[in-house]
Amino acid sequence: MLADIRAKVEAGKRLERADGRWLLTEAPLVDLGSLAQEVRFRLHPPRQVSFVIDSNPNYTNVCITDCQFCAFYRKPGHPEAWTLTVEQVLEKIESAARGGATTVLLQGGHNPALPLDYYLSIVRETRRRFSQVTPHFFTASEIMTMADVSGLSMPEVLAQLKAAGQSTLPGGGAEVLSERVRKRIEPKKGGPRAWLDVHREAHRQGFRSTATMMYGHVETPEDIVDHWEAIRELQDEHGGFTAFVPWSFKPGNTLLEKWIKTYQGPNAYLRMLAASRLYLDNFAHVQASWFSEGKRAGQIALHWGADDFGGTLFEENVHAAADFVNKTTVEEIVTLIREAGFTPVQRTTEYEVLQVY
Amino acid sequence: MPAVDTAPLTFRDSRLHPLWDKVRAGERLSREDGQLLFETEDLHGLGRLANFAKSRLHGDQVFFVLNRYINPTNLCVLSCAFCDFARKKGEAGAFENSIEDVLEMIKPGTREAHIVGGHHPDWPFEYFERMIAAIHAARPETQIKAFTAAEIDYFWRRWKIEPREALTRLKQAGLHSMPGGGAEIFSKRLQKELRFTGKANADRWLEIHGIAHSLGIKTNATMLYGHIETMAERVEHLVRLREQQDRSGGFLTFIPLAYQIGNTKLVPRQTPPTDDVRTIAASRLLLDNFPHIEAYWVMIGEETASVALHFGASDVNGTLEDEKIAHAAKAASPAGLAQEQILRIIRDAGKIAVERDALYNVVKVWS
Repeated sequence: MLADIRAKVEAGKRLERADGRWLLTEAPLVDLGSLAQEVRFRLHPPRQVSFVIDSNPNYTNVCITDCQFCAFYRKPGHPEAWTLTVEQVLEKIESAARGGATTVLLQGGHNPALPLDYYLSIVRETRRRFSQVTPHFFTASEIMTMADVSGLSMPEVLAQLKAAGQSTLPGGGAEVLSERVRKRIEPKKGGPRAWLDVHREAHRQGFRSTATMMYGHVETPEDIVDHWEAIRELQDEHGGFTAFVPWSFKPGNTLLEKWIKTYQGPNAYLRMLAASRLYLDNFAHVQASWFSEGKRAGQIALHWGADDFGGTLFEENVHAAADFVNKTTVEEIVTLIREAGFTPVQRTTEYEVLQVY
Repeated sequence: MPAVDTAPLTFRDSRLHPLWDKVRAGERLSREDGQLLFETEDLHGLGRLANFAKSRLHGDQVFFVLNRYINPTNLCVLSCAFCDFARKKGEAGAFENSIEDVLEMIKPGTREAHIVGGHHPDWPFEYFERMIAAIHAARPETQIKAFTAAEIDYFWRRWKIEPREALTRLKQAGLHSMPGGGAEIFSKRLQKELRFTGKANADRWLEIHGIAHSLGIKTNATMLYGHIETMAERVEHLVRLREQQDRSGGFLTFIPLAYQIGNTKLVPRQTPPTDDVRTIAASRLLLDNFPHIEAYWVMIGEETASVALHFGASDVNGTLEDEKIAHAAKAASPAGLAQEQILRIIRDAGKIAVERDALYNVVKVWS
């Protein structure tokens, strides 16, 4: 089977569902990593690994969607619920900019009390005050929330964000793009189409975005293959995805914790990265993270098909709510990449190289 | 045992091809081959070779033991440059345990007690002899793995008791096996530079293990790496262990010990996980006469240990209640793991967890 897959990969032939299932369940881990690394070097010959200086603040934790995997949200009216004003959000962006951030990934709960103008003001003011920062704001389901509160169509909301100065979207909220999985863990967020339609429309309007996956809860290998198929197909349409970013579900303080006690370990992560690198033949970049799986597992992951190491994440609250905390500095990221045997490269939100270390 | 895949492999580093031929044919690797294992950028190629060698010996099985770490004392006459554990008499944090204290540390049912300590300035040999006898009497079900070759050598330096006599008496008292510590790195240059000239040198360390083997005492071996040693020094260390195993044959497991920077800070950072899996793989391939290579999670972390099970490791040591030496040097791992977590390290890698005793008798296959 590995020889078949190798032959397909070398001939530039697309992998099929059965190949994907085998990679996820049976492929020997080291052989899989080796093949993924060959593909990675074919796409990106220099022994370089990129990273972005960024921060992930949040504007509200109020949310009406009750996803079972989320430890971050609070229902409206909850004593621990909070929402920042536009100025407070801009203070966070200013602090990120002062730390050298070129990307701010801003996201929050689905708070029906916030008008569309709130979001548009944040985008406009970020552009006006911090020209060096790319506003990488609002996941697909937040865009849908804006459409709901404003009565505008989703494409119209995207057009207004674009007019305000936004040109990229973060890929969060995909979880696993499978009807079955999403019904089980996030019934109020809609099926895979809810996420895919927003990204399709965004790409049509010229936005770039990332595709993510949060695995390690109720999904089967078949569901993962569904996810890959969906984003590979969408990427064929417009080519708007910059990168694929998987991470493991952290059960701490979530409703799912009752059934799922621990997060999937490093072997599952390496397998996911490498198999994704092989399956997603039309994605330029696959991101490994020092953050989501730990620094040392992240360093190993750079040998399993990833060419990017994510961001510095000066601020992060969502994993932290699940009691998973990890901090770094630009200096440490540079060192971690070097130790793993690669040349560090600072990039922009859209993967343009800013600086070779 | 599952079938071992012998389909022809291609390597990104073509220099690995002759090594693959040798490994498959069961031929011994040379020093030059060893040097290549530590140099190649083809980490996967190295992993595939080591995984082949490991699978041929043990299939998908990975071993662990329910054990307890005991340090009778941290008083030590030595001042090794890499050690955060040792204390001088009267120094803050110094401790000396009585035999009663030690007995209290061993819960009923503990499979293995791993006992190592400092070179105490004046505890007589008989104290240790009584300690082993007392443990053996109180907990006959517990296998006692105690005293590094460095400690056995110190009984000679301090009390003029020959290693053969010391080991014979300790065996009589109830000693089952010996841990592999105190080997550090076999290099005259580093023995001077890291200030452990007052400790058993390479020849002496190997001699004592040879004596133990001749008395029917199985032992382990270690190597302290990731400080200021060269790759050639690592290869030399492994080759010397291999030669000793050819002569005396009593080594069970080789445990590469990643240097913890702690307060001794010989280097600014701990060696990266890629170096840990490389060292494990190279050890598996060079030490063709050692039954097991261990991924010691205390030093390299649980994640790296789990990945290392694809790079030739067939053992993860054990639960290690109350490990102190690596933790004195601020090892990031917890000081003991529940059996549940040990099983996770093994199962995450898709391997079969096999609970063992100190001598690798199978206690239970956990699947």
